Amino acid sequence: MATSSNDTTALLDIAGVSKAFGSVEVLRAVSLKVDKGEVVTVIGPSGSGKTTLLRCVNFLESYDSGSIRIDGKEVGFREAGARQRRSERDLAAMRAETGMVFQSFNLFPHLTAAGNIMLGLTKVRGKSKAEARQIAEHWLGRVGLAHKAESLPAELSGGQQQRVGIARAVAMEPKILLLDEITSALDPELVGEVLAVVRSLAEDGMTMVMVTHEMAFARDASSRIVFMADGGVSAVGPPKEILAQETTNERLRSFLARFRASHF
Amino acid sequence: MLSQILYALPFLAQGFAVTLWVSLLVVVLSLIAGVALGVGLVYGPAPVRWAVRIFSDTIRGIPILVLMFFVYYGLPAAGLHLQSFWAAVLALTLFKTAQVVEYVRGAVGSIPKGQSEAAMAIGLTFRQRLTSVIFPQALRRFLPPWINGVTDAVKGSALVSLLGITDLMQAINQVIGRTYEAMPLYILGALIYFAVNYALSYASRRLERRFAFIRD
Amino acid sequence: MGYALNFNLIWRHFDKLWGGLLLSLELAVISIAIGIVIGLVLAVWYVSAGRVVRGIIAAYVEFIRNVPLILLVYLVFYGVPTVVDLAYDAPTSFVLTLSVYSGAYLVEVFRSGLEAVPRGQLDAGKAIGLTPWQRLVHVRLPTMLRITLPALSNTFISLFKDTSIASVISVPELTYGAQWINFNTFRIVEVYLVTTAMYLVTGYTLLFGLRLVERRFRAAR
Repeated sequence: MATSSNDTTALLDIAGVSKAFGSVEVLRAVSLKVDKGEVVTVIGPSGSGKTTLLRCVNFLESYDSGSIRIDGKEVGFREAGARQRRSERDLAAMRAETGMVFQSFNLFPHLTAAGNIMLGLTKVRGKSKAEARQIAEHWLGRVGLAHKAESLPAELSGGQQQRVGIARAVAMEPKILLLDEITSALDPELVGEVLAVVRSLAEDGMTMVMVTHEMAFARDASSRIVFMADGGVSAVGPPKEILAQETTNERLRSFLARFRASHF
Repeated sequence: MLSQILYALPFLAQGFAVTLWVSLLVVVLSLIAGVALGVGLVYGPAPVRWAVRIFSDTIRGIPILVLMFFVYYGLPAAGLHLQSFWAAVLALTLFKTAQVVEYVRGAVGSIPKGQSEAAMAIGLTFRQRLTSVIFPQALRRFLPPWINGVTDAVKGSALVSLLGITDLMQAINQVIGRTYEAMPLYILGALIYFAVNYALSYASRRLERRFAFIRD
Repeated sequence: MGYALNFNLIWRHFDKLWGGLLLSLELAVISIAIGIVIGLVLAVWYVSAGRVVRGIIAAYVEFIRNVPLILLVYLVFYGVPTVVDLAYDAPTSFVLTLSVYSGAYLVEVFRSGLEAVPRGQLDAGKAIGLTPWQRLVHVRLPTMLRITLPALSNTFISLFKDTSIASVISVPELTYGAQWINFNTFRIVEVYLVTTAMYLVTGYTLLFGLRLVERRFRAAR
């Protein structure tokens, strides 16, 4: 594991996280460390727990055991004493430290593109309207949508909506950006424009964890690939190493084989 | 006949004012209570959800008239002495609150879960999520049925006449008692109620059509 | 406070409530049956009629829906006999009123149901050579019924509750029975607790039964 580190300064430290929905174990003692500036892509068959893992990082899902720390701070539970869920206010503050981009965009349909970005800046970051507006315009420019600031989500294409979704997340200056199959709901010809934005963020040094089916992107743009299967991490390492493991890792081989059969 | 109706008009106008006053009180009070309980029904912990569910299903399961008699005659037995006017307002408010609860549940429940999640992800607190994300979107699903439902408050208010309150219905009955012109007065009364309620349901339909053009 | 619950007097006069409940149900069933006929005929007429007829039917629906039932009950019982040479007792008068009232609500339910029947079904009916009447009876109405069943159930329950208004013209149904016991025994809380329970049990039993019918219809599709 060339670029992964075992020191305690990892930005994101997932340690032995398990979670079950009823009797179905979706995460089994998953551990993963992500350093500042890393781009980690998570791949794996559906039902392997990758989306659930991502949603645990900003506590949209609770986890049953283990710990998730960002910058050394436990995400969903209080530090001291018995395992106790953080207060609503604490959770909101913790979540503001991570950004998330959703598969189905989840833009607020009653707000303009700029309004979507400004909401968190004014309500959570306490910025003035004017300042928030400036930041929103800056980020809309970054994702190539400066001219769409006043458009409602319904007036934007899927690719444009998702770029606003990304701008909304990064405008909050999160320590880490979580991307959950952000191109899966897009028409194929719109995927490129969204991935280009992600690539440019990576070049700027944004720390990212990205669940994706875009193998080419995972191969070319990520510092490490995590392959998940049956709720656990089956393989992790730089793209070349992982893809080379295809000969030794039975699960990875069958995943990639099935993947190629259905996608190419 | 015409002269008698003309003579009755100021009296009916007074009754009509009471009808509007009762309706207004009921609409405002039930809006506040209904939104609070409705939010409790959707987002509250299990005991709250159950309590609101039972409240709403019980109230909606009995005739308004029974509810009104229960409140009017029952409260003194429980040691609470309300003027008949306020007992009537209380009973109608209970009835209307249960309705509003269901409108809120329907409207808020129609907002996809992803909206709450996206709002959580940028760090909004529960209250901020409600006021900035959920309510603005739920409003256009809530408004048309709610405005239309105001007619139920106006129609329901006619029952307060049975507690001796001189609303429009009671005023009509009293004028008939004096003039023996039953049919013209009932028709006049019906037309007054119709005018108010039709305006409300018309507004509701207009609003619904306007909202229909806003895509999700 | 100091009010001690005592149900003995309620049980002694329980026949007033039980008989009242049966009468409530009777009033509801007869009125709904007549209302269904009114509603079906007018709804079918409406969707195929010209402007004038539509206007008249719409006026009937809108008028009834926007006027309090209690006023209509007074109007039919005290008002109508003063201008028309008709004599009827209070229960008949109420059934008449509630029929016309329920008819207006049911026209609306049936009309929206008829308009929701997919065009393709009617075309299919035409394609196999059904006459307009056959298309109505064998295609339109059955489909419409399935679509409207949930709304229909709710309307029925609501009309059952509306029978309580009959008490204002002294029809001895359930609410009237409750008031009688209230005034004669002063066991106010008890009598309304029991009456509330009776309305709830009857109403929800009806609703549950109707939901079963709905499910059967859906399964039969």
